[in-house]
Amino acid sequence: MTTQLCADADEAVAGIEDGSTVLVGGFGMAGMPVALIDALIRQGAKDLTVVSNNAGNGDTGLAALLAEGRVRKVICSFPRQRDSYVFDGLYRADRIELEVVPQGSLAERMRAAGAGIGAFYCPTGAGTLLAEGKETRVIDGRPHVLEYPIRGDVALIGAHRADRMGNLVYRKTARNFGPVMATAATTVVAQVREIVETGAIDPETVVTPSIYVDRVVQEGTA
Amino acid sequence: MNTDRSTAQEVPAPQDTPGPQDVRGPLGQDDIAALVARDIPHGSFVNLGIGRPTSVADHLPAGSGVVLHTENGMLNMGPAARGDAVDPDLTNAGKIPVTELPGSAYFHHADSFAMMRGGHLDVCVLGAFQVSAAGDLANWHTGAPDAIPAVGGAMDLAIGAKKVFVMMTLFTRTGAPKLVPRCTYPLTGQGCADRVYTDHAVFDVTPEGVVVRETFGTSVDELAGRLDLPLLPLGG
Repeated sequence: MTTQLCADADEAVAGIEDGSTVLVGGFGMAGMPVALIDALIRQGAKDLTVVSNNAGNGDTGLAALLAEGRVRKVICSFPRQRDSYVFDGLYRADRIELEVVPQGSLAERMRAAGAGIGAFYCPTGAGTLLAEGKETRVIDGRPHVLEYPIRGDVALIGAHRADRMGNLVYRKTARNFGPVMATAATTVVAQVREIVETGAIDPETVVTPSIYVDRVVQEGTA
Repeated sequence: MNTDRSTAQEVPAPQDTPGPQDVRGPLGQDDIAALVARDIPHGSFVNLGIGRPTSVADHLPAGSGVVLHTENGMLNMGPAARGDAVDPDLTNAGKIPVTELPGSAYFHHADSFAMMRGGHLDVCVLGAFQVSAAGDLANWHTGAPDAIPAVGGAMDLAIGAKKVFVMMTLFTRTGAPKLVPRCTYPLTGQGCADRVYTDHAVFDVTPEGVVVRETFGTSVDELAGRLDLPLLPLGG
C-alpha cells in the first residue's frame, strides 16, 4: 500500500483500537515520537500494551500516556530511571504490568517478527530470572533461551526525514529502535522533521524503505 | 589481538605498575578506572557500562586506538558534549549527550546488539553487586521485593563481549565481600566475568580458580582471610 502523508498527528494515529500492542520508538527522549504519543492521548485508545526501551521520562511523551491510565502493560528493558516517577508510581500501586526483556532480546524479538522468524535461541539471559519458564537448549556448549517474536498492531516511530513515498532516514543515535519497529507492526506511523520530494533522498542512504511505512506526518503539524 | 577469553590468565602482569604492597590501598574509583584503561589493548572495540565504567574513557591515553561502542547504536563515540555541542539526537547509553569522532558509525538497535552477541566487541566493562568464583555476574537487580527490575543491555553485554572486565569495590559498605563463592543476588550472566578490578586487588577468574594479579596495600594472605573463597597467587 502507498504510504499516506497525514495532515496532522491526529490523522496519523486514527483508528488505533483499544487493547492494541503499540511499539514506541526512542531511547530515552532520542527518537521518541512525542507528537504521535500526544495524539494517541487525544485519540483515546486504552488498555494498551506498550513496547519501548524505557517506560517514560518526566511528564511528557510515553510518561504522559501512562499517567492517563491508558496502558495495561509495558514490555521494556529499562523502566527504572532517574525521572521515571510516573511509571514507578503505577508499578508500585500495582496498576501496570511489566515484562522486563534484555535490551538486545527486545530488539531481536521485534526483528524476528518483522523478518518472519518463528522464534530463535539466544544466549542472553540464560540461567537468569528472565529465562524462567522459557525453553532452554545447549547449543555448541552454551545454554540458549528460546525467544518468541514481538509483533505490534501499531508502531509509532520518530525519524529525521521522509520522502513522499515514505522512505526514511534517521539522525545520529535517534535511529535506535526505529528501523526495527518499522518492520514489526501492522501499521507503521512515522513522525519526521521534514518531508522531501520523492527522489530527494539518495537511495543508498535510505535506512527504512517505504514498504514498511504506512503513514508519515511532519512534526509541528500536531 | 588476543581473542580467546580462556587465556585471560596468561596475560603477563604489567611491567610498569607497582607490585603487591608497593602501593597503599584501598584505591579510589578513579584509580580503578585508570587500571582498567591501562589493560585495554590498543585498538580494541570497547563498550563501557553505565555509571562508573563510563569513567574509564577519561583514562584512555591519546592514541589508544580504542573505539567505543554505545548500545544505542554508535561506534567511535566521543567525549561528553558541552555547550553548543549538545545534540538531543546524540546520546550515550546513559542518555548523556555525547559527541562523534571522525570514523563514527550509526546503526539500529538490532545491529548494535548483534555486535555484542556476535562476539565482535573485544572488551566490555561493567559494574557489579557481586561476582562469583566461577565468574557469574550479578549487577542488575537486588532482588528486593520493592525494587523495580530494569536490565537494559547488561545481560547482552555480559554474554557477548570477548572479555568482560568488572570494576567494583571489593566490599560493601557494611564490609561484606562482593567477590563470593556463589552470588546471592539475581544473576546477569553465568561464567561471564574474566577479570575483576577492585580497590584492594585485581583478580582473574580462571578455570583453576580466582587468581590475584595485583594487590593494593594488602596481601594475598590478608585478602584470603577476608574472602570466603580460595585465592591463587599469580603464576602459582
